Amino acid sequence: MNINLTLIGQSVTFIAFIWFCMKFVWPALISVMEEREKKIADGLEAADRADKDLELAQKKAGETLTEAKQQAAEIIEQANKRANQIVDEAKDQARAEGDRLKVAAQAEIEQEANRAKEELRAKVATLALAGAEKVLGNTIDANAHNDLVDKLAAEL
Amino acid sequence: MASEGQTSTEYIQHHLQNLAYGKLEAGYTRADGSVVTQDTWTIAHSAQEAADMGFWAIHLDTLGWSIALALILGFVFRKAIAGANTGTPKGVQSFVELIVDFVNGTVTDIFHHKNRVIAPMALTIFTWVFMMNLMDLIPVDWLPQVAAAAAGDPHFYFKVVPTTDPNATMGMALTVFALMVFYSITQKGFIGFIKELTMHPFAPPTKGAAIVLAPLMIAINFILETVSLIAKPISLGLRLFGNMYAGEMIFILIALMFGAGALMAGMGFFLQMGWAIFHILVITLQAFVFMVLTIVYMAMAHDVEEH
Repeated sequence: MNINLTLIGQSVTFIAFIWFCMKFVWPALISVMEEREKKIADGLEAADRADKDLELAQKKAGETLTEAKQQAAEIIEQANKRANQIVDEAKDQARAEGDRLKVAAQAEIEQEANRAKEELRAKVATLALAGAEKVLGNTIDANAHNDLVDKLAAEL
Repeated sequence: MASEGQTSTEYIQHHLQNLAYGKLEAGYTRADGSVVTQDTWTIAHSAQEAADMGFWAIHLDTLGWSIALALILGFVFRKAIAGANTGTPKGVQSFVELIVDFVNGTVTDIFHHKNRVIAPMALTIFTWVFMMNLMDLIPVDWLPQVAAAAAGDPHFYFKVVPTTDPNATMGMALTVFALMVFYSITQKGFIGFIKELTMHPFAPPTKGAAIVLAPLMIAINFILETVSLIAKPISLGLRLFGNMYAGEMIFILIALMFGAGALMAGMGFFLQMGWAIFHILVITLQAFVFMVLTIVYMAMAHDVEEH
């Protein structure tokens, strides 16, 4: 246990080792570790942000869905309204058409009836003349009794 | 147990002697009776020879092992640096980063100034002192026996734990002390450093009749502060040395039991194991204490105290 030159040798070795650590080991490792720390912190922050984004997106999706539903309901309502409208219109149209057809038919019927009357009248005149001839036993001058016959026919 | 024909005292003394290399002057009578004819640089063959070599001798085993351990650490660190990237750390790199992180945490807790030397120095101290202490866990006879066989000399001195040599611990402590003084002067100025030594803990009176007492106060302050300043490196170095020396001594005493019959050898086995397990704590703690005290001393050197 003598104090000797080993003391200085050990000091020199110590200083050399400190220098080595200071120059090469410490800065290299610390910088890498700090960088990694930063990376991890960034990663965690990004995860947080993603979580928030997801929440936001979910909220937005919900809102969009509600809106879409509302819109769909509105559209259906409108469609229903429109359908009713169309049906009503069709009904009105049908009614009008029916009326028109009825009027036309009546007009035709009247026309036919008139024509039948005319025909009948003409035939009645002839029949009346023939009947009168049979009753009187001779010929009736049609021209002489035309007024009479016509009056008769008109009364029918 | 050591070689035959050795008493317990001789065995212990042999284990506590470093491998000294130094100069023997002409006319010196060596341990084996031969007389040195001219100044010779040689390896000491006895404790007396080692002592007579004086200051200009070195302990080959202490220096050799501390440098070898420093180189091993250097290689481990190099490996960690080579593999260093910001991805997931693996294996050695992960382990080294764990230590660096631990040291960094300790330094930032204690030391609040800007200095790029302190943290690497703390890392150096913690890892290196730990490695040197770790040599204590290798059974006391293994490496010395191998060295003796390799040297072909059964009395070859070989002490494998550098921190059981006060030269090693004091070498480091004095380096720390030198840095402490250096930073005290660069941070506070030479005047500031002198003031720190003379104006504490008793503030000398500056006016009135009491001013005649000022030189006395300054003298007392100077003595107190100088003693406390000098005590720092001495306690730092001797604490580590004392702990490791005592631990080594216990291991040597336990090793003696193996040569004293089966019963003693059996007891020795359990004692050796128990002491080794306990020593794992001691060597780590001593390395940590040396590091923390160094950081504290450096912080004190940087702190400008306000009174």
